[in-house]
Amino acid sequence: MGATVMTAPKLHDCRDAFTAVLERLGAENPKVVAVCNDSVGSSKLGGFKAKWPDRLVNVGIAEQNLVGVGAGLANGGLLPFVCAAACFLTGRSLEQVKADIAYSNANVKLVGISSGMAYGELGPTHHSIEDFAWMRVLPNLPVIAPCDRIETAAAVEWAAAYQGPVFLRLSRVGMPDLLPEGHVFVPGKANTLRDGDAITLIGNGTLTHRLLKAADLLAAEGIEAKVLNMATVRPLDAEAIVAAARDTGAILTAEEHSTFGGLGSAIAEVVVAEAPVPMKILGVPGVFAPTGSAEFLLDHFGMAPQAIAETAKALIARKPSRV
Amino acid sequence: MHVNDLERVARQIRHRDLQAVFEAGAGHIGGEMSAIDILTALYFNVLRIWPDQPKHPERDRFVLSKGHVALAFYVTLAKRGFFPEEEISTFLKPLSRLNGHPNCTKIPGVETNTGPLGHGLPVAVGMAKAAKLTGAAYHTYVLTGDGEMQEGSNWEAIPAAAQFGLNNLTLIIDHNRFQQGASLAETNNLAPFRPKLEAFGWEVTEINGNAMSEIVPALQKRGPRPQAIVAHTNKGHGISFMQDTVDWHHKVPNAEQYKIALAELSEGL
Repeated sequence: MGATVMTAPKLHDCRDAFTAVLERLGAENPKVVAVCNDSVGSSKLGGFKAKWPDRLVNVGIAEQNLVGVGAGLANGGLLPFVCAAACFLTGRSLEQVKADIAYSNANVKLVGISSGMAYGELGPTHHSIEDFAWMRVLPNLPVIAPCDRIETAAAVEWAAAYQGPVFLRLSRVGMPDLLPEGHVFVPGKANTLRDGDAITLIGNGTLTHRLLKAADLLAAEGIEAKVLNMATVRPLDAEAIVAAARDTGAILTAEEHSTFGGLGSAIAEVVVAEAPVPMKILGVPGVFAPTGSAEFLLDHFGMAPQAIAETAKALIARKPSRV
Repeated sequence: MHVNDLERVARQIRHRDLQAVFEAGAGHIGGEMSAIDILTALYFNVLRIWPDQPKHPERDRFVLSKGHVALAFYVTLAKRGFFPEEEISTFLKPLSRLNGHPNCTKIPGVETNTGPLGHGLPVAVGMAKAAKLTGAAYHTYVLTGDGEMQEGSNWEAIPAAAQFGLNNLTLIIDHNRFQQGASLAETNNLAPFRPKLEAFGWEVTEINGNAMSEIVPALQKRGPRPQAIVAHTNKGHGISFMQDTVDWHHKVPNAEQYKIALAELSEGL
C-alpha cells in the first residue's frame, strides 16, 4: 500500500443515475413514460416531469392501479417505468405484479426505489426486505439490485432494451463507485470484483462495497477472499456460484433483505444441489428491524465489514480439511 | 351485423358454452349466460378488430375483467376467427391453452391475464391512457362483474380515469345481482352504481344488458367523459331454471338439466 493516502470515497445516490438514464432514454424514445404513485420527489422524477409533463403518469396514492396502469400502457405500445417505494410497489401490488406484469409478460419496468432498509427510522412498514423473495418466485421477471451508480445506469439501459418485465431494486443510500465506467450490464452474470481462494463473499446492492471492505480486512490477515457482485437475483448466475464453491470451498452471502427467501436463499438452492460447501447467509434474520438508519441496521445485523470478516473466518474454519 | 343476426350469434354462443360446460364438467355458467349478449355485441358489431392480426396496433381493446367467464370469451373469440372453433372441446383438458382464466401469452385476442378480480379496470385505464399519449384512435372496453366492483382496486382506477379525461374508455358492469355465494344486496351492496360512478366524473348509461337493441348503442356511445354502462342482466340468462338464482354461479347441469337447457337454447339457432 505504501504511502497511499486513504480518502473516503465519494458516495452517490443511485436514483440520480436512474433518472439521468431515464431522461436520456426519454429524449431518444417518445414511448418512454414514467408512472408513479405521488412519488415524483422520492423517485426523483422532477426532471422527467419538467421535460415531458404529459409523459409523467401520476396515478396518485394507489399502487394496485399504478401497476395495472403500467401493464395497460405497455399494451398500448409504450415503454413504462413504474416507480414507487419498493415496499409499496412489491407488497401493496404483489398480485398485480404477478398477474398483470409477470404472467401477462407485460413490457413494464418496475423500479423499486428506496429498497431494503433505506427508510431506516421510518420502520419496518417502509422497509422493503421481502421484495427479493416475493419477486424472485415469479416467472418471467428478472430481479436486479445494482451495487453502484454505474451498474444502476447500465441496468436501466439494459432494461429499456429488453422486451419483457423487469424489477429493478434501487437504494437511496449513498454508494461508492465499484464498477468501471462504461460497464455493460449482462443479466444473470456476476462480476468478480476481487479474486481469492479462501472463501467467496457474494452480495449485491448496498452490501457489495461492505463485502469488499471485509475482503480488505481479511487480506490484512493473509486471507484472500473472492468477492462476487451478484446484482441479478433471478436469473441467477449458477455457473459462477458452482465455480466459487469448487474453487474456494465456502460461501458467505450478505444482503439488505431478510435471510428468508432472498439472494442467500437463492444461492443456497444452487449450492446444496450442485456443490455443497459450508455456507452462511447474512441479512435481516427474520425479524422486524428496530429503530435506526439503514447503515446502523446493517451494522446491527452483523454486516459491518469487521463483522462480515469475522463471520468469514468462522466459516473458513468449518471447511473440511484437505487430506 | 344487425340486431337479429347478433341475437342469433348470441344464441349460438350460449349453446356452445353450455355444451362445453357440460362436457368439461366445470365452468361459470351463470355469469357466462349473463355476459354473452355483451360479448357478442362487442365482437360481432362494435369492436374494430382484425382476428388474423390480433396485435394490430389500432385494434380496439377489450379486457374481460371477470376472467372466470373465460369459456364464454373463448367461444366468442373462436367464433370470430381468433382460433379454431374445434379447440373449444379442449377447454380445461390437461395442457390445453384454454384454462379456467384467459392467458394472453397463449390465446390470440386476449389482451391481459385476468382471474383475480379487480385487475381489468386498472389495466384498461392504462390502455386508454396510452391511446391518449400516442394519439391512437382505438377505444378500450372492460367488462367487470357487479360483485367484482367490491374490489378496492377498481375504486383506485375509477377516479384516475376521470382525472386523465379518458373519454376513450367504456366500463361495462355486468349487473346480474348475484355473486358467488349470495346476492349482491345481501353481501356488500354497491347498487345503485350510477350515482357512485357519476360522483367520480363518469357518464353512466343504464341498459337491459340482455337486450341487443340496447347494448349496441350503449357500447357506441361517446362523450366528453369516461363511459360506464350499468348492464342490468340476468344470471343464467336464456336457461329458464338457471335465471336469477345464486345456485348457478359455477354449478354444472346434470344430464336431465342439460337436456332441458340445450332444448331451450336450441330455439332459433
